[in-house]
Amino acid sequence: MGRGGSRAAPAAAAPPWHALPDEVWEHAFSFLPSASDRGAVAGSCHSWLRAERRSRRRLIVANCYAAAPRDAVERFPAVRAAEVKGKPHFADFGLVPPAWGAAAEPWVAAAADGWPLLEELSFKRMVVTDECLEMIAASFRNFQVLRLVSCEGFSTAGLAAIAAGCRNLRELDLQENEIEDCSIHWLSLFPESFTSLVTLNFSCLEGDVNITVLERLVTRCRNLKTLKLNNAIPLDKLASLVRKAPQIVELGTGRFSADYHPDLFAKLEAACAGCKSLRRLSGAWDAVPEYLPAFYCVCEGLTSLNLSYATVRGPELIKFISRCKNLQLLWVMDLIEDHGLAVVASSCNKLQELRVFPSAPFDAAEQVSLTERGLVDVSASCPMLESVLYFCRRMTNEALITIAKNRPNFTCFRLCIIEPHTPDYITHQPLDAGFSAIVESCKGLRRLSVSGLLTDRVFKSIGAHANRLEMLSIAFAGNSDLGLHYILSGCKSLKKLEIRDCPFGDKPLLANAAKLETMRSLWMSSCSLTLGPCQQLARKMPRLNVEVMNDPRRACPLDSLTDESPVETLYVYRTIAGPRSDTPAYVQIV
Amino acid sequence: MEAAVGDLMATELRLGLPGTADDDQPQMKATVPSTPRGKKRTTDTDAVEDAAAEEDSKHDVEAAPPVAKAPVVGWPPVRSYRKSCFQASSKQATKDEAPSSNTAASAAANTTIGSFVKVSMDGAPYLRKVDLRMYKGYRELREALEAMFVSSNNGGANLSEFAVTYEDKDGDLMLVGDVPFEMFTSTCKKLRIMKRSEATGLGSLRQ
Repeated sequence: MGRGGSRAAPAAAAPPWHALPDEVWEHAFSFLPSASDRGAVAGSCHSWLRAERRSRRRLIVANCYAAAPRDAVERFPAVRAAEVKGKPHFADFGLVPPAWGAAAEPWVAAAADGWPLLEELSFKRMVVTDECLEMIAASFRNFQVLRLVSCEGFSTAGLAAIAAGCRNLRELDLQENEIEDCSIHWLSLFPESFTSLVTLNFSCLEGDVNITVLERLVTRCRNLKTLKLNNAIPLDKLASLVRKAPQIVELGTGRFSADYHPDLFAKLEAACAGCKSLRRLSGAWDAVPEYLPAFYCVCEGLTSLNLSYATVRGPELIKFISRCKNLQLLWVMDLIEDHGLAVVASSCNKLQELRVFPSAPFDAAEQVSLTERGLVDVSASCPMLESVLYFCRRMTNEALITIAKNRPNFTCFRLCIIEPHTPDYITHQPLDAGFSAIVESCKGLRRLSVSGLLTDRVFKSIGAHANRLEMLSIAFAGNSDLGLHYILSGCKSLKKLEIRDCPFGDKPLLANAAKLETMRSLWMSSCSLTLGPCQQLARKMPRLNVEVMNDPRRACPLDSLTDESPVETLYVYRTIAGPRSDTPAYVQIV
Repeated sequence: MEAAVGDLMATELRLGLPGTADDDQPQMKATVPSTPRGKKRTTDTDAVEDAAAEEDSKHDVEAAPPVAKAPVVGWPPVRSYRKSCFQASSKQATKDEAPSSNTAASAAANTTIGSFVKVSMDGAPYLRKVDLRMYKGYRELREALEAMFVSSNNGGANLSEFAVTYEDKDGDLMLVGDVPFEMFTSTCKKLRIMKRSEATGLGSLRQ
């Protein structure tokens, strides 16, 4: 490298490699696959820093408060695709009160100014307003991809702005957002000349859509690969939509229930038979089992099946899944039960990801027979299984040890035993041994959620063995500060730690303060924290934002708090932007 | 289970603040940590839990008590989006299934399970959702609505300028506060906060 051309040029030598022009480096860096690789080269020297940042096309801001939007835009002026994440993960379960923050507006405004060529924008757990969507539609002439995941604050009026304004839109992907229905026929605002849609996902929309308009849109967008409908689309309309889009690769059905009519069944079956490329299937709310066989013809080709909203029980469900021999991803309700999972184990040998959701999470009584046995069977027979989310009501150490031995290739293991503090139901021991086996065996484990009765011992194992662990979720576990100390002093790769309802105090935080700066964020709620040490932590670590949050319903003026005042929720994250200025009254940055 | 409880007691497991009394409910029913917030939530259902405790002592120690529990916020960790799907499906399931597995308690529980209702406020750009199960009574609910809608932007206004109404099962618009709170939570489908000036004919709107 570098010296190759020197034979042809007589006097002028080729520049040494470290003096090559930026354009050469920018081109070289374009081959780097991951953001962390790019971050590494940027840290090497000033010229690489300059070349890398000026050519960065894809930016992921994993915590919207870690950097100021305008700084990010200025630093990476060539970005074409940006993803920004906001609220902490536990916001998904209602642990973050309303009006906490994570507004998308500053990011959209900064992008509008600094990234006029922006093509893709993705927001997760943020507050996105209709004004934001209008700004997006107006500011980026080549805007192509909008992905909103678990966001809130916008309505169908905002969607109308996107439909009307984004001439080159390829993907509109709305996943599990809270969208206010303004009864605006936003779909009709896609112009008749608009044909570029590749992905349309409005499954989380609660209101009606104009089905005629949808049919016309689907018909003219010949490149449509992903279509995920909402609950308002009835079964007969599904059939006609699918017939108009036989090239579909991913389908989310609408309302799947209807009284059984042989004509409708035949229509549906015929429509599915035309879908030779269908690989991913989801939806099926309130699915009526009699219609499932209409999809049998596509089962063989399915790689991804999400029936986690389908309250279908027993034989029909199992018959369906057993035909899906090429499944790589399966999300299902616990209605599948152990014997259903045994069938999955024997039929779906290519399975890589399994999620089993609880059908009755708030009922105390065990209504379905889903136990540790289902997970043991699947882990034994599916050699490529690497990601698991499993809700159940009982577990044993022996089962976990078996699972760990069968599947050392787990990268994500999330077990939720529904009743807190549940021990091994046979030996009545804590589940320390079981989870220890998991972390000792699964050397590539990146994400772990623990549950059941657990003592500090399990955290000693996790701290010592989980060297690749990036995200750890703990609830109702541990005995003392030691548990937290083990985690913070171990777990070399830890990025996100979220803890609720554990008897952990602030001493381990102060003792491991430096660790917190190597992590993206720490969440602790309903633990044993007090205000004074949190303030101490903030003073010690200026590059952390230490946010203290109390129950907004409690009228408690923050001035009257003392060092001993209990802290209900602590959220700590590293940032180069300093304290944020949009905290609600119940959040204090100490 | 008892051995485990003994161990925990020996290590002085405390989830509460320094100075609060330990939660003296047996660990097998301990879904609620002994923080003040958790304690507040159980007082309503204490009678139910005491009755359950008596029943429990007759069952196997490790079996879960077969009555609805006081809900812990955000547990189990299912997305609120998913919760509202469960409402529909669990109500569907209890309608379709034979009555054999449904005790009166779980039937009662089904009316309180999934009590997310939309809340609209005149003049607010978008709606919110609240979980009625989270509140002990009208005062808590009112405080929560105030916290949600009447932010510092409105310059210290409070809910006394508004009437809180709800839409019941029959679709009628009712004033919040007339019936016992439990009856209200089971019949309320939607909440609407309307300006006083619009709430004519609703008689004296006491706090």
